[in-house]
Amino acid sequence: MDLNLIWFLLVGILFAGYAILDGFDLGVGMLQLFIRDDRDTRICYNAIGPVWDGNEVWLVTGGGALFAAFPEVYATVFSGFYTPFMLLLFALIFRAVAIEFRSKENWPFWRKGWDIGFFTGSFLASFLIGVTMGNIARGVPLDADFEYAGTFFTLLNPYALLMGLTTVALFLMHGSIYLVMKTEGDLHDRIRSWVNPLIIFFIISYAIVTLATLLYVEQITDILRQQPGFFALAILLLLAIANIPREISKGRDFRAFLSSCATMLLLMALFGIGMFPNMVYSIPDPANSLTAYNGASTGKTLGIMLIIAIIGIPIVLAYTVSIYWIFRGKVKLGPDSY
Amino acid sequence: MDVEILARIQFAFTIAFHYIFPPLSIGLGLALVIMEGLYLKTRDKAFHEMARFWTKVFGLTFAIGVASGIVMEFEFGTNWATYSRFVGDIFGSALAAEGIFAFFLESGFLAILLFGWDKVGKRLHFFSTCMVAFGAHFSAVWIIVANSWQQTPAGSHLEVAGKVVPPDYVPTPGEWEQSRMVIDNFWEVVFNPSTLDRLSHTVIGAWQAGAFLLISVSAFYLLRGRHAGFARRSMKIGLAIAMLSSVLSLLSGHSSAQVVAEHQPSKLAAMEGLHETTTNAPLTLFGWVDEDTGRTIGPKIPGALSILVGGNRETEITGLNDIPADLRPPVQATFQFFHLMVAIGGLLILISFSGGFLWWRGTLWDAHSSLARTYWWVAVFAVFLPQLANQFGWFAAEIGRQPWIVWGFLKTSDGLSKVVSANQVLGSLIGFMLIYGLLFFLFIYLLNKKIQNGPGEASVGTYTEPEWLKNRDS
Repeated sequence: MDLNLIWFLLVGILFAGYAILDGFDLGVGMLQLFIRDDRDTRICYNAIGPVWDGNEVWLVTGGGALFAAFPEVYATVFSGFYTPFMLLLFALIFRAVAIEFRSKENWPFWRKGWDIGFFTGSFLASFLIGVTMGNIARGVPLDADFEYAGTFFTLLNPYALLMGLTTVALFLMHGSIYLVMKTEGDLHDRIRSWVNPLIIFFIISYAIVTLATLLYVEQITDILRQQPGFFALAILLLLAIANIPREISKGRDFRAFLSSCATMLLLMALFGIGMFPNMVYSIPDPANSLTAYNGASTGKTLGIMLIIAIIGIPIVLAYTVSIYWIFRGKVKLGPDSY
Repeated sequence: MDVEILARIQFAFTIAFHYIFPPLSIGLGLALVIMEGLYLKTRDKAFHEMARFWTKVFGLTFAIGVASGIVMEFEFGTNWATYSRFVGDIFGSALAAEGIFAFFLESGFLAILLFGWDKVGKRLHFFSTCMVAFGAHFSAVWIIVANSWQQTPAGSHLEVAGKVVPPDYVPTPGEWEQSRMVIDNFWEVVFNPSTLDRLSHTVIGAWQAGAFLLISVSAFYLLRGRHAGFARRSMKIGLAIAMLSSVLSLLSGHSSAQVVAEHQPSKLAAMEGLHETTTNAPLTLFGWVDEDTGRTIGPKIPGALSILVGGNRETEITGLNDIPADLRPPVQATFQFFHLMVAIGGLLILISFSGGFLWWRGTLWDAHSSLARTYWWVAVFAVFLPQLANQFGWFAAEIGRQPWIVWGFLKTSDGLSKVVSANQVLGSLIGFMLIYGLLFFLFIYLLNKKIQNGPGEASVGTYTEPEWLKNRDS
């Protein structure tokens, strides 16, 4: 195992951590618009209130780690995907301030306005993250200097848009399970009844994406064909998804949530395995692809960064788990709530 | 407009907006640690009430800081891709370290600071507040390390197409794609020649921003005759931090300027508007740079610049005329922003120590004293001064760095993203202006509302069911 592979894994883990943690924030952000009562809407906001910005840090750190470990990849993707990334930033800004601002006034238009801002920001962010993943998986045109050679509209291909939709479905499912875990009473029962339809929505979109991957994205299917052992992961993935409705029906909400987290982790693992060593696949000329080797920093920097990660990550995990533990259980609105 | 100027305007605009908030997080973070520490020590509920009020203000500034901060990390890649490739081996590490060591810490423990008052004990809450403040300071460390390395690169060398080149080698325009800085020594990068002075100057400036917010809001309450006990206590803490940091700011600013003189002579010449290389160099107190005639008009203290830089009149200071025209920064802007920062710094010393003097004399709290009332009025508006000084200081530092983006190695014009068009940047710039304009308006509105509500029960946001909701149910 060399340093480049380790950093490919670490960057993947950071982005997977972001998807799992901020994924439920974004899902809750979309779902809250469909809850009519103001008190119930507040419960949704406060379910993620203490944790959302810690969750967003996973994206910031993932981006920083990508910059440090694979500067070529960071530069190519961020400049090549300029317009969607600017929209993603706008979406994340609206999401952030909607949470902070909503509770500060009682006016109906103010609250409804921020609810819509929260929904739009969360939906757009989820969709654009999916579109980005879709384009990375499918491949984008790169020139011999590894610069992006397409346009904005190259990024809006059907495969990437489908991946965007699937990501929205995934975060909706994940967010609904998180809310089931954090709510009680009538609201709990209502959101609980949404979980199964959302799982079905996700499974259908994921099945279509998988079919499209098998048909059109050869480089990923080739890797899986050469290493059939990885199909075990796909089976685990199916089991993890199937386990969610089972746990929900038995009222074990926390286990259902863990299953959902496992689903996302396995999805990212399959994505990573299908990509490695490529980080941005180049079509039509695969020779211009950016990989974990030609896009990386020097071994010295990767080594220094590994020391930083080995010191930092265990500490981060320790206090993150402690903080989630302190805020465990059902949401109770109090004087400090949003 | 071409893509370079648009990209520079966008970066300047987004970073200037963002930089309203982190100094408040750092400065208020320190104040919150003091308040909660005093509460733990004295068990006086008044300190607890204070900490709760200022925590609410902290939460508001922090949220906008987070929202505008993520933009900065994206923009290196979106607008400055060639720069990102060039510096990734070094600059990226500092950003990643900032994420792992600082951002996780402050945003994680922020949950307990904001929402944990009734969920954890006093001591654990105090510990969380310390961690948030510590994280805020630590985030300054890593971003200043990265920026200082851009100003005074160290611990690294240039490689072109994977080969080490001599230090004075200038890559041809076609070679930038294959050029990059490569790390030699991590600690030399971290402790490059300007890190410590610039870090201390920046953090002290942030303390001033926090302290003057405390002073300003307290003075407002004193003028209105509201929350007198709260206002006195907050003002005392604010004045104590302000007096200490305004002096430290002078000292750290002085040593920062000496580092500039040693490593970035063209920036120093522009800051001081010095054209001729000379010993016994004068210090221009304020004035106007006439770029056509190459003269700086304004009152001067003979020899003072040489003495400040080198300790004696014999110290030779490089003037702009000895720097090739294409390597000079924009002189007028650098000169004016630098002088404005210094002038405000002086004003802050005056305001903090006259406040300290009135406090010592006991007149500061006397609502019948016209002296005290005048001081309160000044204090209310003084909140803008450290903010302006922080902004102007950064303008001088970054405009004075031009035309370099990495001093001596890469020019700003060579650092752009090659695949991003002027129209794309114009579109995003307009988007940022609209969104940040809205955010700034709402921030001021909500901050004002919070201050008007005041400390006590009202600040804890006791929720009342809106009328329109009650009506709808019935």
